[in-house]
Amino acid sequence: MSSSLRFEYQVSGEDFTLAGEASSDIKNKLKQMGVDPTAVRKVAIAMYEGEINMVIHGGGGEISVEILPDRIIMELVDHGPGIADIDLAMQEGYSTAPDQIRSLGFGAGMGLPNMKKYSDEMNIFSAVGEGTRVHMVVNF
Amino acid sequence: MSNKFHHSVYLQEELCRGCINCIKRCPTKAIRVQNGKAHIIKEFCIDCGECIRHCPHHAKLARRDHLDKLSGYEYTVALPAPSLYCQFNNLTDVNIVLTALLRIGFDDVFEVSAAAELVSEESRRYVNNHPERWPIISTACPTVERLIRVRFPNLIEHLLPLLPPVEVAARLARQRAVERTGLPPEKIGIFFLSPCPSKVAFMKSPLGIDKSGLDGVMAIKDIYQILLSHMKEAEQDTQNLSISGKIGVGWGMAGGEAAGMILDSYLAADGIENVIQVLEDLEDEKFTSNLQFIELNACHAGCVGGVLNVENPFLAKAKLKQLNRYMPVSLQHRSDYPAFDRNLLYFTEEITYEPVYNLGNNLAESMENLKTVEALMKKFPGLDCGSCGAPTCRALAEDIVRGFAKEDDCIYLLRDYYHRLQKSQLLKEEENET
Repeated sequence: MSSSLRFEYQVSGEDFTLAGEASSDIKNKLKQMGVDPTAVRKVAIAMYEGEINMVIHGGGGEISVEILPDRIIMELVDHGPGIADIDLAMQEGYSTAPDQIRSLGFGAGMGLPNMKKYSDEMNIFSAVGEGTRVHMVVNF
Repeated sequence: MSNKFHHSVYLQEELCRGCINCIKRCPTKAIRVQNGKAHIIKEFCIDCGECIRHCPHHAKLARRDHLDKLSGYEYTVALPAPSLYCQFNNLTDVNIVLTALLRIGFDDVFEVSAAAELVSEESRRYVNNHPERWPIISTACPTVERLIRVRFPNLIEHLLPLLPPVEVAARLARQRAVERTGLPPEKIGIFFLSPCPSKVAFMKSPLGIDKSGLDGVMAIKDIYQILLSHMKEAEQDTQNLSISGKIGVGWGMAGGEAAGMILDSYLAADGIENVIQVLEDLEDEKFTSNLQFIELNACHAGCVGGVLNVENPFLAKAKLKQLNRYMPVSLQHRSDYPAFDRNLLYFTEEITYEPVYNLGNNLAESMENLKTVEALMKKFPGLDCGSCGAPTCRALAEDIVRGFAKEDDCIYLLRDYYHRLQKSQLLKEEENET
């Protein structure tokens, strides 16, 4: 049976406190579907990291999520400055976050590495000046 | 195990007016009004007591025991919760309360705060020895434990596998009573004087162990008056019965348990909505600091905020602080119990996830049902008015896919339907006229 559920979210680039609403909503839906808790946790962490990045670096954007019986596909798109060197950005501890963000406890340079760690498949498409698109898959 | 979802909270039907106060206040959305009466969905209820607190008609009650139950035993022991001590005005010595307990019919007292000191000591050891499980979450509040069991499967491994002080107290009290009287254990009645209904639920279906050592749970507010009337005499002839100090008594208020841990980094949250927020954030790994321990109390201000108390929770907390200022730090130590058995303090059964919120019996079914829920959400007005008897539009949509409700329970959809019907009726009449 081919069945899927789609959800779209707008992520504000202004309000820090709203980051995490989309991942929290998806988390609760997956729990209600009876998805294995380990997979739910992976999705919640990977997606939250992505949302935070969209707020800190991307100035907000859109998330679309597709839930399939055996996996979840997350597509996070922002219209920010883009990433100049993706390999460098993927290194643990590398961060371009400004000081005021670091003082809030963010900007440790673990966002992208954690997204890779907690997803089963991850691809970044980005060019300077054109924004960033992150594609993640977590298998159930 | 007996009934996994045994509850203390229940409805006195004749008092229920079918209003929406309880359904809106329930933190786990466990109540529905159907046919004019509130019904508790037992799998969702975590015995927090919020509905008891907020029902304007006092129709929500807590099942509990009363003093007449003492006659069923040859020897009885009262286990006072630390929060009992701060229900009175100008109390300077907890021994007055303990002596008064003997005067109202108990043969002995064993302070829960004494057992709490042993739990504190063992918790310290456990947390230090298990950094891989940090942050470790307190298991003293049965409501929090039950909440995690049904909603936060990924946090179960963080639960402190130690019994709550009341259970340890029940076991120690029975041992001591057997030694003192020579009676067989079953002739001894162990009664907790409780600030909240969740301890009744714990006694009937405890988590982490097979069977509780408690024989009954009484409400602090039920024994308050009779206790008060005996305290004057007790003041004249006070017996030295207290065996606990600051650390144990401190467990009665928010932050007390965590303070007794003497750790570098901990968090203490109180109030069920705050507890849920902390657990959500913890599950998503939003906490960047390396916390060692998390204390969570379902009630505001901690156990002093329990719904079976008498005093205002914040005043009670202030009194408790005053009272324990001059107490010794701790009077109970594990080394005082040479024959100390690990099983006295530790869980002997695992806590397992109970996925009560699942929308279907399997993933495919749940997915189809979730689709239907989302489609219904587009139809509903999104006012969360509660008129249908469910606390939110989403709860109604979920009830519909579970088969407990129907679409026209929503009065807005019903109104639209009525308008459409009226319109088509008018059209028909017009047609007939022409």
